[in-house]
Amino acid sequence: MTGVLVCVKRVPDSSSEVVLTDDAQAVDGRFAGFTMSPHEECAVELAVQVTGATGGEATVLTLGDADAVEQLRSALAVGCQAATLVTADASSYGPADVAREIAAVVRDHAAAGRAHELVLLGNDAADSGDFQVGIRLAYELGRPVVNGARVVSVDGDTVVARVEGPDGTETYRVPLPAVVTIREGGVEPRYPSVPGRMKAKKVEVEERGPSAEPTGPKRVKLLLPPPVPSNVQVLGTGAAAAPAVVDLFEELGVLTR
Amino acid sequence: MSVPTSARCVVIGAGIVGNSLVHHLAELGWTDIVQIDKGPLPNPGGSTGHASNFIFLTDHSREITDLTLDSVRQYQEMGVFTESGGFEVARTEERMEELRRRMSSAKAWGIEAELVSPDFVQEKVPFLDKDQIIGAFWQPGVGVVDSLRAGTIMRERALEKGVLTVVPNVEVTDLEVTTGPDGKERVTTVRTTGGDIEAETVVIACGVWSPKIGDMAGVSIPLTPAVHQMISVGPCPQLAEHDGEITFPIVRDMDTFCYERQHGMDMEVGSYAHRAILMEPEDIPTIEQSRLSPTELPFTSDDFDPQLEQAYELMPELLGAEGAEMRYAINGLLSLTCDGLPILGESHVKGLWTASAVWIKEGPGVGRAVAEWMTQGWSEIDISHSDIARFHPHQMRREHTRLRTTESFIKTYGIIHPAEQYESDRGQRTSPMHESQQKLGAFFFETAGWERPHWYESNAPLVEQYGDAVMPREHEWDSRWWSPIINAEHLRMREAAGVIDLSAFQILDIESPAGSGAALASVQQTCVAQCDVAVGKVVYTPVLDAHGGFRSDLTVMRLGDDHFRVVTGGAHGMADRQWFEDHLADGATLTDRTDEVSTIGLWGPRARDILASLTDADVSDEGFGFLTCRELTAAGVTVLASRISYVGELGWELYVSMDDAATLWEALLDTGDTHGTVPVGIGVYGTTGRIEKGYRAYGAELDGERTIVEAGMQRPKVKAADFVGKEAYLAQREALSSSGPKAVLCTLTVEDHTSASGMKRYMLGGEPVLTRDGGTLTDGHGHHPYVTTAGSAPSLGKHVLLAYLPPEEARIGNELAVSYMEELYPVVVGSVDATPLFDPANERLR
Repeated sequence: MTGVLVCVKRVPDSSSEVVLTDDAQAVDGRFAGFTMSPHEECAVELAVQVTGATGGEATVLTLGDADAVEQLRSALAVGCQAATLVTADASSYGPADVAREIAAVVRDHAAAGRAHELVLLGNDAADSGDFQVGIRLAYELGRPVVNGARVVSVDGDTVVARVEGPDGTETYRVPLPAVVTIREGGVEPRYPSVPGRMKAKKVEVEERGPSAEPTGPKRVKLLLPPPVPSNVQVLGTGAAAAPAVVDLFEELGVLTR
Repeated sequence: MSVPTSARCVVIGAGIVGNSLVHHLAELGWTDIVQIDKGPLPNPGGSTGHASNFIFLTDHSREITDLTLDSVRQYQEMGVFTESGGFEVARTEERMEELRRRMSSAKAWGIEAELVSPDFVQEKVPFLDKDQIIGAFWQPGVGVVDSLRAGTIMRERALEKGVLTVVPNVEVTDLEVTTGPDGKERVTTVRTTGGDIEAETVVIACGVWSPKIGDMAGVSIPLTPAVHQMISVGPCPQLAEHDGEITFPIVRDMDTFCYERQHGMDMEVGSYAHRAILMEPEDIPTIEQSRLSPTELPFTSDDFDPQLEQAYELMPELLGAEGAEMRYAINGLLSLTCDGLPILGESHVKGLWTASAVWIKEGPGVGRAVAEWMTQGWSEIDISHSDIARFHPHQMRREHTRLRTTESFIKTYGIIHPAEQYESDRGQRTSPMHESQQKLGAFFFETAGWERPHWYESNAPLVEQYGDAVMPREHEWDSRWWSPIINAEHLRMREAAGVIDLSAFQILDIESPAGSGAALASVQQTCVAQCDVAVGKVVYTPVLDAHGGFRSDLTVMRLGDDHFRVVTGGAHGMADRQWFEDHLADGATLTDRTDEVSTIGLWGPRARDILASLTDADVSDEGFGFLTCRELTAAGVTVLASRISYVGELGWELYVSMDDAATLWEALLDTGDTHGTVPVGIGVYGTTGRIEKGYRAYGAELDGERTIVEAGMQRPKVKAADFVGKEAYLAQREALSSSGPKAVLCTLTVEDHTSASGMKRYMLGGEPVLTRDGGTLTDGHGHHPYVTTAGSAPSLGKHVLLAYLPPEEARIGNELAVSYMEELYPVVVGSVDATPLFDPANERLR
């Protein structure tokens, strides 16, 4: 029975044109809406799979304002059983601050008898892309860490994590308790079911304040890259274009001859 | 992308409406059409792209139903319609009653439908929990369409004719308007990111973005983008075993304001139950800023959660099936208006048309009707209720649209009483008598933004006095938005007199320089009746379109050789104003005096005594004849008195400046008091007084699909002067004498009101008229008769109905039936022309 804590962040959803907030401190999600990153969706899916296999409890955690409950409920709707919100202004928290707050939750929950033997995080946040929280959290908790795993399973007291490297698959066997950051691609995150969504609505979210003042992200401001000029190449029209299309498909690896 | 530098017509928008328009314009012979859209084809990203694409046929509005039926015919012809059948299910008895009312409309509009049991529903939709419902309204002709494919087909048909150029991916940046020597604004150029197009005609058919484009030309298109949430759940094993898009009928769960519509292996659940989520057109994201499309906004699940539980309740096994997931969920944008109708027609900027706030189920029908209107000046299906010219200034404010649509969104699947009043944004226009009316306990209805007393609580004692003669109504529905006080006021008016606030009248003065004759020419060419009359004469006249259908009916007073005053109802007043403005002769001007002049009606046997006691002027029949008007001083204020009546009594319309109106009002009530006179509401003026006299009302009996001949309003002669619709009118008269009418407007009385339960029921209008044993009647147009107006006739002790009947049924004494809430009530034809049931010789008018 493995208790899993999966950490998610409310971030703007993607759109082809990135819109910044007026103060250029964040990506604006008012048009595209908010979500969690694909890495985190996979982490949630793995948390549900691991707890399903071991009979443990999957808890979802986020740090943010009241709106971030939407992301907690999304995770609850696909199978997490408990949720914790650290109420704080996420934009004033740097990676070290976030790692410290997650660690505080892990310790407090453990003290209350809810051990999170495995903590899963996304490889990196979709908006700030700092790549730091997982390692900082492991250091803070004194746990081993695997970064960028696509698949995770638990075998007794050991977590087995597979990482797709340039030369093949690396398999890590790490003793629990541990921290693993997840890259998308290893599992297909599920959509919520209607009963799942209805159940999620009824779960009481634990709300707590932060444990310390944040040191901040130390971000000056975000800058948008210059727009990439649209590069449309017309391959031809009608049937005459077919050979060019086939060549392109081959080049892209869609077709093999 | 670059656009042609000129075109005869530019259609902005390539959704269902724009595509349908270019097709029908091409069919009707227009060439040199350019269609542009800021998005790519075939789905540029507007509301068409994410529509649920299902079509329920029956609406209580004839105009909307006819547009829907025409659209279905067009979709069928294009091969993109799949019939699925559809249920509207009821969870409550109140809803069952509304479904019975739907049956009335279905019968009136000729749509196959029946009320069915929960077992019947479950047989066709096995995954529906029949214990949740008590019955349903079944329409086998309901279906789904491929609106994007339809759009492509229609666009391609116009392209094949070689009359259309389509340019996607260009955005309109401005509309250029010039003011001509006649003072009228006219559109000249469409500026786009792909260059400028000079055009004499431009159509704004860009759905939720229309207000933004309209603003570029100073034209208010009062619609608001609004969210309609929908989710798609699947794959559902119960659906997966069937091929194709749809196998099971669509279910509208009316009491929870949602629908379930199969889409292949998925079940789509759409909601009209959530809070109104409105947007400004300027805040809609661009294609690049959107995650999916500009009108598929991020789903806000909290808003949908209550709906989810209700949908689950109805279809637990399907929506809770193993593996069925919510794999698509959006806040879809669609267009809403303050009165729920589309916005169609030419704006006050000449050449600039709108075809907006149209849903998939009306799209092709609207495209055809607007194209007909553009090319020939009238459309086969009357769309005047949707005319952009209908809006009064207070309705053109975005705030008004916001408030009204916030109120109405939740009523999308609601049970709406035919007389139901809006609560929001009221009090926009009040007469000078408003304070007095409040003290008298007036119950206000709204017309054209005006607060108008429908009845006065101060007259409640009369109800007791008249007893059963007020024809009390036992049933809550029949008496909702109604009071027996109306009938008591009616009886008192016929007995003594009544004073009626008519400030909502639209008053249009048409003038021209002395001796020019332009004012006369203007009214002559617009009105059917002879307007070249002596100064001081009052003329009642129909106004026709080129096709000989009604545009309006109204009165014209000749106030001088070159000064005419046109008086028309407030509800249709702005469209009439536009019509007269469009038909002004050179040199004539139109001035809208609605906000300067108040009107007070004084009618009843004591009216002459009352007016005589307030004025030195001669108001005797010899001194002040019927259908004449003149200025006089009454109660110390200057009054233009017009001897005419819409309630069948002796009396006057008294036109008085807004500043003096309250003085006159008080004087009439004070003086009248000694004669037994009371203030009387619009309940009498608009219904009971009118219906006893068989007076026709525009919008009820009279519309663009009706003729003077069918309405029984033809006079012995037709004036020599030319007027709009004359040729058609002469042909109608000719046809009448050669082959008889196709329908005849008749007055009927209800013989027995007793329902099966023993309770007496009173029709409210819209009900089908059938043979005595319930058989269908069909007129020469192929239409089925329905009640155009229903109301008490307290002086006759009868409930009276007006309806167009097949000519062979138009016989006095003919025994027929009216169906009300699916029960038959016997009716008898009382009049087959304009002869009133009450005072047929019009002796009381003298």
